[in-house]
Amino acid sequence: MGSGLRRLIGTTAFKLSLGYMVASALFAGGLITYVGIHARQLIDEQIGQTLTAQINALSDQYRVGGIRRLTAVVDRRTREPGAFLFLLQGPAGETLAGNISGVRAESFANGTTVETSYQRLEDEGQQRSALVRAFVLPGNNRLLVGRDLEERERLNTVLGQAIRILIGALLVFGVLGAFLVARRAIARMDAMTASGQSIMAGDLMQRLPVSGSGDEIDRLAVSLNAMLDRIGLLMQGMKEVSDNIAHDLRTPLTRLRNSAEQALRTGGSKEEYRAALERTIEESDGLIRIFNALLLITRAEAGTGTDAFKEVDVSELMGDLAEMYEPSAEEAGAKLLANVPAGLVVLGNRELLGQVLANLIDNALKYGLPSVAGATSEIRLTASAEQDRLLISVADHGEGVPETERSKVLERFHRLDASRHKPGSGLGLSLAAAVARLHKGELRLDGNGPGLKVTLELPMAPMRTA
Amino acid sequence: MLPAMRILIVEDDADAAAYLVKAFGEAGHMADHARDGLTGYGMAEEGGYDCLVVDRMLPKMDGLTMIGGLREQGLQTPVLVLSALGQVDDRVKGLRAGADDYLPKPYAFSELLARVEVLAKRKGTTQTAETAYVVGDLRLDRLSHKVSRAGEDIPMQPREFRLLEYLMRNAGRVVTRTMLLEQVWDYHFDPGTNVIDVHISRLRAKIDKGQAKPLLHTVRGAGYVIREGA
Repeated sequence: MGSGLRRLIGTTAFKLSLGYMVASALFAGGLITYVGIHARQLIDEQIGQTLTAQINALSDQYRVGGIRRLTAVVDRRTREPGAFLFLLQGPAGETLAGNISGVRAESFANGTTVETSYQRLEDEGQQRSALVRAFVLPGNNRLLVGRDLEERERLNTVLGQAIRILIGALLVFGVLGAFLVARRAIARMDAMTASGQSIMAGDLMQRLPVSGSGDEIDRLAVSLNAMLDRIGLLMQGMKEVSDNIAHDLRTPLTRLRNSAEQALRTGGSKEEYRAALERTIEESDGLIRIFNALLLITRAEAGTGTDAFKEVDVSELMGDLAEMYEPSAEEAGAKLLANVPAGLVVLGNRELLGQVLANLIDNALKYGLPSVAGATSEIRLTASAEQDRLLISVADHGEGVPETERSKVLERFHRLDASRHKPGSGLGLSLAAAVARLHKGELRLDGNGPGLKVTLELPMAPMRTA
Repeated sequence: MLPAMRILIVEDDADAAAYLVKAFGEAGHMADHARDGLTGYGMAEEGGYDCLVVDRMLPKMDGLTMIGGLREQGLQTPVLVLSALGQVDDRVKGLRAGADDYLPKPYAFSELLARVEVLAKRKGTTQTAETAYVVGDLRLDRLSHKVSRAGEDIPMQPREFRLLEYLMRNAGRVVTRTMLLEQVWDYHFDPGTNVIDVHISRLRAKIDKGQAKPLLHTVRGAGYVIREGA
């Protein structure tokens, strides 16, 4: 319990709650004190005014009827219910009329309102306090009129009590609330820590809990989860790469080994050895190509190198590539048609974009020629700007890719059954997709009725201010 | 036969270095070996080499630092960098450090040999002043952009002209497909299939068709060469 409590008290949530509680207690106390002081001033002022009115009335009586009349009036007034306090003294200080005694002598200073203690005649011995005002009449008679301060004392009591109750309540609720908030915070943090630990233990599918309240802890959890998603994706990519390497490199490696082994086993002429060695080199060149392609894909997918992006004139690149492949297309009996307006620029990596476009054209030449004699064998290379996007497409009239297969051909090493006998690594479109993502664009496969249209959509480079 | 060259190989892997020394020897050149950057630096500074072949990752002094140091000393010997890193940005870094060419591992020896021979040739001759290349009765005029064989004009597309120009500038030396891609097209990526071969066969059709002595030859497993005689 001791360490648990210490942990609870140690939380930021607890300290914050407690801090807020102390601050509001101070504020409430201050407010009540302020109200109290002002109420007291108001009460004093009012009493002062009524005392003045009484004195004025009584001094009128004195002017009219002398000391005798005044004595009679004071005497009568002291007997009225809820009476003021009166004390009328003669020149020698003897009491002529009144309902109080024991007033301090200095209270008789003329004309000022002072606070003093007194005793009532009916319950002598009990000290009370009052606000009094003295008035010296002609003939050295002195009249003292006063008002008990019981109301003011009551107000003080009430306000004092209010402060105590309020602060008490705030303390209790504050500490309780702080404990509750801290407990909740600790529970959520514990849940997050637990998730974090199981992620560290290798469960990459695990995510941090999100309460749905949208508070700062939730926001943190959401962004950490997004980070985990990205890491998961990269890990999955890495895993795929190693799976692919394990699976798809075995075939060429086996071929490589077999041909070397066979040449050794059967021996034979110098020419046969030579042929076997040439096959070996050919196979290993193929392997190197696959490795290079995998490396490029992995780099593109990891998102490295975007800081070295430069402006790439896609129009020029596509024009050059079209020119480069035109003889190959002609040899294959196809027409390579380029329709590319000048001046299309993207921010990117020229080598990667060039490699991707080369792969797409190469694919079209390899797989995109119609098998039916006499059908149009055109390969169209087009580029166009749509708002801030650049659409680059390579379209052929081959057999195309069935819709159900379209997302699969973007995976590494995936090849359509129909094309397995043709040369290729099955990495070209994966690289294209990875490079598209690296450039914050996307790769789309559409039908071309008949055929395949591969579209690379890239964000255009921001216009240079000329 | 090309004149023999003296080549310095700076490579820490003893097997790879021994293979290179032997292979260059068989190609008619003389190769020395330094096993670390510091030794390589010293040997290169002594001079007398026609070309340096430098691995990037070397003990004591890495390849790029070594090249940078040599260039600061005013050494002009052409340098080819070998590297297992082999990405575009690595190539740029290599060239920036003062290397003249870059070849990623693993490479074919024929590729390395072709590049070294072309690099080493650059040192001696002042080819930039040449305004025309002549191989047998084939003539390429760099100023008028005219090509003729036995006095007969051959019309050329701009790219074909550049392809032929590069081959003729290196007449007698084998150039590989990758070298053509880099030098003629400025492509540092792999266009796949046999694009270059098709361009070469077109060029061949223009300059050699109907001629008794073909000049443009294919070297199996390596590349192409333009020269008189087989």
